[in-house]
Amino acid sequence: MIAVGYDSGDKMRELALHVLDLVQNSLRAGANLIEVEILEDTDLDRLTITVRDDGCGMEENLKEKVLDPFTTTRTTRKVGLGLPLLKMAAERAGGRLTLDSEPGKGTVVEAAFQHSHIDRMPLGDMAGTILTVIISNPKVNLVYRHQVDGREWQLDTRVIKDEVGEDALGLPAVINWLRSYLEEGQNYLYGGATTDEVTG
Amino acid sequence: MKSLDELRKLREKAQEAIRLREQTDGTKIVVGMGTCGIAAGAREVMLALIEELEKKNITDVVVTQTGCAGLCEKEPLVEVIRPGEPKITYGYMTPEKARMMVTSHIVNGQVIGEYVIAREETVS
Repeated sequence: MIAVGYDSGDKMRELALHVLDLVQNSLRAGANLIEVEILEDTDLDRLTITVRDDGCGMEENLKEKVLDPFTTTRTTRKVGLGLPLLKMAAERAGGRLTLDSEPGKGTVVEAAFQHSHIDRMPLGDMAGTILTVIISNPKVNLVYRHQVDGREWQLDTRVIKDEVGEDALGLPAVINWLRSYLEEGQNYLYGGATTDEVTG
Repeated sequence: MKSLDELRKLREKAQEAIRLREQTDGTKIVVGMGTCGIAAGAREVMLALIEELEKKNITDVVVTQTGCAGLCEKEPLVEVIRPGEPKITYGYMTPEKARMMVTSHIVNGQVIGEYVIAREETVS
């Protein structure tokens, strides 16, 4: 069957979808603060994604197991695929995935890629990923930091909540502001050019 | 450039909308965001829902998310919980279906039977 006219992000074709998936792990771990960091350095030919949380963390044996495609902490389904998929995506693109976790402290997942690697997935719609997380989890604090060749942009929902309050995050006027703010952030980072043009 | 000043100006309007929301029993829309949901397009469904509520200026509906519900093959899943009505679960959602659902179910109270995969009999 041929899919027509519907580019849904069907399957995990964007790194931004993997970021959304990592954030889901942090949410399930009961995190109050989740920090998402994207570092793009075309001189060093690196793209690094880091998701850091203050959730429940993992014991050593679980840490090994979560990278195995046949393990999950879920009970509704026996097979967890998120982390193994990202690990494969990183290793296919000249990179690696590292997992650092301490019970009671939190977890840090870092996925590194060779920026120019032909098999590196495009970063994709980071603004959409961040907006999704903020609107559907107003209680959780999120920091999104993104650096592209020295240009840095940051969003901290604690600052936003200080201005309008937590309950206001889902209101149309605030959603509208967030959407424009995120779009402008992306425009600033890429200076109007796409990632591909930057890497040339 | 959007600024925090602009956001600050929304504060009063936001407080008023929240007061109104507290007086009504709000509707809740829940999107499945497990790996299975994300891989099937849950983010696009969520963004379409958010945009539609924003466009229609609906302030008394909360959009939230959940993990894998064990119905991975029917993802993206969207649940609609309206006070006094059975919980409705829609499956195989797309941004287009999600927009239609907002108009039909959320605004006009008409469940789109064709997209429903589960109907909880107990009234929430």
